[in-house]
This record gives sequence, structure tokens and C-alpha cells, in this order.
Amino acid sequence: MKKIEVIQNILEANETIASRNQQLLDKHKVFAINIMSAPGAGKTSLILQTLTRLKDRLNIAVIEGDVASTVDAEKVQGKAKAVVQINTRNMPESCSLMAAMIESALKGMPLDDIDLILIENVGNLICPAEFTLGEHKRVVISSLPEGDDKPIKYPLIFVDADAVIINKMDLLPHVDFDIAAFRRSIAGLNPKVEVFQLSCKTGEGIEIWCSWILEQAKTNVVKR
Amino acid sequence: MHELGVTENIVNITLAKAGEAQANKVIQINLVVGELSGFVPDCIQFYFDSLSKDTIAQGAVLHFESVLAQLRCRNCSTIFPPQDTRWSCPKCGGQSVEIFKGRELYIESVEVE
Repeated sequence: MKKIEVIQNILEANETIASRNQQLLDKHKVFAINIMSAPGAGKTSLILQTLTRLKDRLNIAVIEGDVASTVDAEKVQGKAKAVVQINTRNMPESCSLMAAMIESALKGMPLDDIDLILIENVGNLICPAEFTLGEHKRVVISSLPEGDDKPIKYPLIFVDADAVIINKMDLLPHVDFDIAAFRRSIAGLNPKVEVFQLSCKTGEGIEIWCSWILEQAKTNVVKR
Repeated sequence: MHELGVTENIVNITLAKAGEAQANKVIQINLVVGELSGFVPDCIQFYFDSLSKDTIAQGAVLHFESVLAQLRCRNCSTIFPPQDTRWSCPKCGGQSVEIFKGRELYIESVEVE
């Protein structure tokens, strides 16, 4: 019997495709954001709000990842420059988008006419943490009804985030969510993270979030 | 939940390495899986049995070395295991911590004959 030393990261195949995706996006000067959260935290609502505020300033495309259905794609249709729906039900992984799925989605998109791609990941706080897609920024949404302990229960997704959004701020009087404790947990794990408090329902705080996107897009890729 | 794709990668890497070594059979695959990585060994084993069928890796033993989570305090560099809901440093009380160990997911070695 012979022992072969390997020491190879099992996720390397995904990471190779992810860096190829990012090179393609950079070549076409497209800025991409991967939006992750538990189901129901407000990914689609955030995308709709962002489209409404920024559609006159940026050409925005949306990639929707869901286990099944096209309901999210239908909601954003009309506001986005392009929409691609990925259903993960029949794919090797149904719980998260993976770099290879984004690679095929990008093939059908008019990248030269797009400034920003908002990628809505599958609702899940565990699996999407493991798979990079080629995005420039990773954003996690937590909403008040989920409770303030999520960074401790699902640390990985928060450790790698560039921004964390606290959504459904309009529900604060009705729920036991300690904003200060939540922000402390996140800052402890990830001192560089940006935190935004907003409500997709009332629109409160959306302006500041959109300014951040504009600023990031300008710093990372400039088309015009 | 995402073990199928991961197991496909394990089978592909193993078969490539065994092929390079001109092996006839894979006896054991030694994997290192961190506590925080979110991968379930039983689930990997389940998919492995099906994906390795009719290859030289069929019947190979999957050996999992689990790595417990460890945190490092950014203030005083103390390394400590995470407590249930508190991730603060037991030495200085600092709350700024980084994950030191527990995210691993790699193939350490493959035993062949």
C-alpha cells in the first residue's frame, strides 16, 4: 500500500470558475454583488428597492437563484436591463448558487450594456457561505424577526461579508432584537464590514445603501 | 445539503491522483473537515458510495479528521474554543476575534495499492 500526499482544497474547482467569472466581469467593467440571507429576509425586496432607486443611473441586471419557480424573476422583470432565473432543483446542489451556474448565466447576458449585476442567492445562511461566485462584494441580509443571534449561529457567512444589512427596521417596536448586540457580534467577527439599517417596506435607509453601491461600483469598475 | 458537488470533487481529485500513481485500487481517502465548514461526513459517505461505483475508488474507506473550531483574539492573540453564544476572549474579554481553525475542507492524502 502506498500513501499519496494530496493536500488539495475540495472547493478548488468552484474557486477556479469563480475567478474566471470575475475576470470576465472585469473585462466588461461589470460590478457584481452576491446577496445572501435566510428565506424571507428580504433579498427580492432589496433588489426591487435598489432597482427603483438606481435604474436611471446604472444599467442593472439580476440573476435570480431559487430552488424552483420564477416568481422572483417575474417581480424584477421590467425594472432590470436583463434577468436570468436559475432554478437549482435539478442541479448537483440545490441549496446555493455555485460559480458554474453563474458562468452559464453570464454567457447569455449583454455584458457590455450592463454596469451592475445583483445576484440573488438561494435563501440559506449555511451553503452560500462556502461558494464564491466571482462577485466583487458579498452582502448578507438579516431581518429583525430572525433574531439577533444569527452571527453566532452562522458565523461563516458573516465573516466573509463586505456588507451586512439589517432589514425590516420598521418592526423594531414589535420584536426583541438587540441592534447593539447584533452589531457587536458582527464587528467582532469582521471588523471591516459595513452595516446598513433599513426597511425595504418603508424605504427608510435605502438611500444610504444605494450610495454605497454607487461608490463601490465607481471604485471597482468604471464604465462611463 | 451541498455534499453532492463536494463529493464529486473528492472522487475526481482521488481518481486523478490514483491515476498519476498508476494505482489499481484506492483503499482509503483521508479528509480533513473543519467543525464550522458545514459539511456532514455521513452525507459525503452516502454520495461517495454511489459516485465511486465501478471506479477504482469503489469500496474505499473515507476517513474524516474533524478539526474543532478555534478562535483567535485580535487584541491579545489568545486562542480559544468558541463558547455557545459568546465569542469573547476568555483572557482579555475582547470581542474582536477571527476564526483560527474550523473552516478546513481538504483531501490530506489518498492510500492506494
